[in-house]
Amino acid sequence: MNDAATALRISLPQLEAAPPSTRVSIDIRDLDFHYGKGHALKNVSMAVPANSVTAIIGPSGCGKSTLLRTINRIYEIYPDQYAAGSIAIDGRNVLDRRYPLSDLRRLVGMVFQKPTPFPSSIRANVAFALSYYERLSKSEINDRIEDALRQAALWDEVKDKLSHSALSLSGGQQQRLCIARAIAVRPEILLLDEATSALDPISTAKIEELIHELREHFTIVVVTHNMQQAARVSQRTAFFHLGELIEFGSTSDIFTNPREQRTRDYITGRYG
Amino acid sequence: MAVRAGRRVADVVAFTFATAATLFGLVWLAWILWTTLRQGAAALTPSLFTQMTPPPGTSGGLLNAFYGSAAMILLGVVIGAPIGVAAGTYLAEHGRYTRLATIVSFMNDILLSAPSIVIGLFIYQLVVRTAGHFSGYAGALALAMILLPIVVRTTEESLRLVPDQMREAGFALGLPRWRVTRQILYKAALSAILTGVLLGVARIAGETAPLLFTALNNQFWSSSLNAPLANVPVVIFQYAMSPYDEWHALAWAGAFVLMAFVLILNILVRLLARKGNQ
Amino acid sequence: MNASAAQSTELGPAARRSGAGADRLFQLITAVAAWFVLLLLGGAALSMAWGGRLAFQTFGWHFITARDWDAVGGKFGAFVPIYGTLVTSAIALIIAVPVSIGIALFLTDIAPRWSRGPIAIAIELLAAIPSIIYGMWGLFVFAPFMATHVEPWLTTHFASKPLIGPLFDGPPIGIGMLTAGIVLGIMVIPFIAAVAREVFSAVPAPLRESAVALGSTRWEILSRVTLPYTRSAIIGAIFLGLGRALGETMAVTFVLGNAHDLSISLLMPSNSIAAAIANEFTEADTDLYRSSLIALGFLLFVVTFIVLTIAKLLLLRVNRQLGRTN
Repeated sequence: MNDAATALRISLPQLEAAPPSTRVSIDIRDLDFHYGKGHALKNVSMAVPANSVTAIIGPSGCGKSTLLRTINRIYEIYPDQYAAGSIAIDGRNVLDRRYPLSDLRRLVGMVFQKPTPFPSSIRANVAFALSYYERLSKSEINDRIEDALRQAALWDEVKDKLSHSALSLSGGQQQRLCIARAIAVRPEILLLDEATSALDPISTAKIEELIHELREHFTIVVVTHNMQQAARVSQRTAFFHLGELIEFGSTSDIFTNPREQRTRDYITGRYG
Repeated sequence: MAVRAGRRVADVVAFTFATAATLFGLVWLAWILWTTLRQGAAALTPSLFTQMTPPPGTSGGLLNAFYGSAAMILLGVVIGAPIGVAAGTYLAEHGRYTRLATIVSFMNDILLSAPSIVIGLFIYQLVVRTAGHFSGYAGALALAMILLPIVVRTTEESLRLVPDQMREAGFALGLPRWRVTRQILYKAALSAILTGVLLGVARIAGETAPLLFTALNNQFWSSSLNAPLANVPVVIFQYAMSPYDEWHALAWAGAFVLMAFVLILNILVRLLARKGNQ
Repeated sequence: MNASAAQSTELGPAARRSGAGADRLFQLITAVAAWFVLLLLGGAALSMAWGGRLAFQTFGWHFITARDWDAVGGKFGAFVPIYGTLVTSAIALIIAVPVSIGIALFLTDIAPRWSRGPIAIAIELLAAIPSIIYGMWGLFVFAPFMATHVEPWLTTHFASKPLIGPLFDGPPIGIGMLTAGIVLGIMVIPFIAAVAREVFSAVPAPLRESAVALGSTRWEILSRVTLPYTRSAIIGAIFLGLGRALGETMAVTFVLGNAHDLSISLLMPSNSIAAAIANEFTEADTDLYRSSLIALGFLLFVVTFIVLTIAKLLLLRVNRQLGRTN
C-alpha cells in the first residue's frame, strides 16, 4: 500500500488528490454489437466519468465483457464480429475505421481474466510495448519499468529478479504484472475484464486496493460477476441484462435503492 | 448359469487376447532391436568412421555415406523447416478462419502420409531430368519435401495450443500482428516447433526410397552435392542385397548407427517435450 | 492527467518502421508458404501423370490388367505389382487390426497405470524404426525363420485343405507374400493402435460407467459400447494403416522378391508397385520402361490419395464428435 502511494507521489508530483471528476472519459452512444447472428449489445448509451472506477455487472451472457471489448476494438481480430454506433474518447469516435488502432490501444489498456504473462523476463514483459510507442533511452525505460511496477504494487516483490521469467511468479503476482504492463505505456483508460476471478482472495484484495490507488490517474472500467467487489471498488455501476443497459448510476444508489425491477432482482440474487 | 459362464469366458478371452496382442507387438520390437544391436555391434569398427565405402569383397567404412546423409539432411531441414513454419503459421494465425487454410491443412496431412517413393519420383522428374544427372541437391529437395508436412502440422498444432488470451493481450497493447506472432507466439511455442523439426529429422534420416532416384549413391568420397552422393540408407540397401559378406557386415553396421541415431533423437524429443510442459 | 498519452504523436522508431507494411509482408509470406504445400501435392500428381503418359498411351487400360512384364520385348503390365500390393496389404491389415485394437484395449483398460506410458512409447517406437531396418531384419532374420519353422508347417497342415489350400502350397523359401505381409502388418500396428488408444480413452466416462454399473464384462463394454462409439475413428484408422501399407517400399522390397509371375500361393514371391519401382528404376533403359514404372507410381499415388482422403474425412468427423475445434 505504502509502496504504491510513494510511487505515485514520486512519479507524478504535479498531481494532488483529484476531486471526483465530472469530465466524461468514454462517451458511448447507441452502441450495437453483433457476432454472427447474435446481437450481443443493444443500443447502449452511457457516459463513463474520468478518474473514477465504473463497474459493469450483470448475469452471464449479458454483454458486459463484450462492452469492454468494443472499447479497445479487440473484437476486430475475429471475423463475423462488428460494432455500430459511437464510442467517443476525448471527443473522437474510436469506432471510426479511420481512427488508428495503435493510437487506441495506447490510450486504452486491458487486463484479462486469466493472467497472461508473455514467455519472457519480468522486465521484458513490462517494457513490451514501450519501445513501440516511444523513443526512450535505456535508463528511461528502466525508470518506466520501475514506475509501472510500483504503481502495480509489485516492485518490492520483484525488484531483485527482474530478469527472471515472468512465469515464475504466482498467479496474483502475474496478474499484477499484467496490470504493470498495461499501465507502462501510460494509457488514459484501464479496462479490467474479470481480472480477479481466477485469483485467490488475498491476491484479489491486493488488486482491489490497487484499483483504488490507480483511479486517481486512470479511468477504470471493471467487469465483475462479484457484486460485493463492484460495491467495494466502484463509484458508479452499470447493470446489464441480455445486451441492454438497464440501469446506470452511482454505486450506492444501484445497490441500496435501484430504480428498475430487474436490477433489484439481480442485486437480491433472484437470478444469477 | 450357462449364459453367465459364456459371458465370463468371453471376458477372459478378451483379457487374454489384449494382453497377448500387446506382448505380440513388444516381442517384434525387441526382436528387431536385438537383431540390429547384435549384428551391428559385431560389425562396428573405428574404420567405419574413417574409411570410404569399399569395392565388392573388401572391407572399409561408411565415412562418405555419413557425410552425404548429414549434408542432405541438413540441407533438407534448411529448405523445408522455414517453409513449414511459415505455412503452419498461416494455418493457425492469418488464415485461421479461411477456406484455404482448411484445404491446405487437409492436403498437408495427405502429403504427410504419402508414399515417399512417389516423392522421389516427383523430384526425379522435376530436378534430375532437367539437370540431366543425379545429385545431392535433388536428394536434399526430396528430403525437404518429406520434412515439410511434418513441420507444418506440428507448427500449426503448437500455435493453436497457445491460448487466445495471450494473443489478445498482445493486440491490446497495440502490437501489430507480426510482432504478436514473432515476439509472443513463436516464443511460447518454440519447444513444440523444435520437437516437430527433430521428429522430421528422425524420419528423413531413415528414408531410402526417395534417395534412390535423386541422390543415387557414390562409391567414392565426394563433397560435391551436384553429383550422386553417398548416403547411409541407399548404401545399406545396396550392400544388403548383394552377395558379399563384407558388404553385409557394413550394412548391419550402418543399420546400427542409423537405429541409434533415430532412437536418440526420439528420446531427445520426449525430454524436450517434457521440459516444454513445465 | 496523463498528458503525454493522448496528445503524443511521437511514435517510437519501431512503430514508424513496422505497422501495416510489415504486417502485409508477413501475411504474404505465410500465405505463399501455405499455397506451396498445395503446389507440391498437385505438382507430384501432375508430374507423374505426365511421366507415365507414354505407358498409358501405349497400353491403354490394359496396363492395369496385363500380366506380362517384359523389359526386353517392351511389354509392361501392372497386374502383378497391383496384385502383390493388395495381397500384402490385406495380410498386413488382417494382422494389424485385431492386434491394434487389442493393444488399445490393454492400454486403456487392463494395464496398470504406471506401465501405460512406457508401453505406449514402446509401441510408438515400432513406427520410428526406419523401414530399411525392417527390411534388413526381414531379409536376414525373419525370412529364414519363416522358411525353416513356419512355412513347412503351413504347407503340411493347410496345403491339402479345400479352398484355402492353394494359398499355402509352395516351397518354403521365406521370401514371399506371406512374409512381406507379416512384416508390413507389424509396421502398421503402431499407426492404428495410436488412433485406437486415443479414441478409446475419449469415450465419455458416463457412458462406460453406466455399462459397468449394469454389470457388463470387459468384452461386453468393448463390443457394445466402445467399438460402436468409436466406429468411425477405427475405420478411419484402418484406412490410415492401409494407406501406409500400400506405399511402403523398403521393407517390402527386401522380402517380397522381385517376381513378375503371378502366383496364388502366399508362400511364393511376387511384386508390389513400390518394390518394382525401387528395384528397377535405375536399371530402366528405355523410355517406355521408365514411363511404365512412373505410371505405376501414378497409380499408387491415386490409390493412396483416395484411401488417405477417406481416412482423413472419417477422422475429422470423429474430431468434431469429440468436440475438438481443429
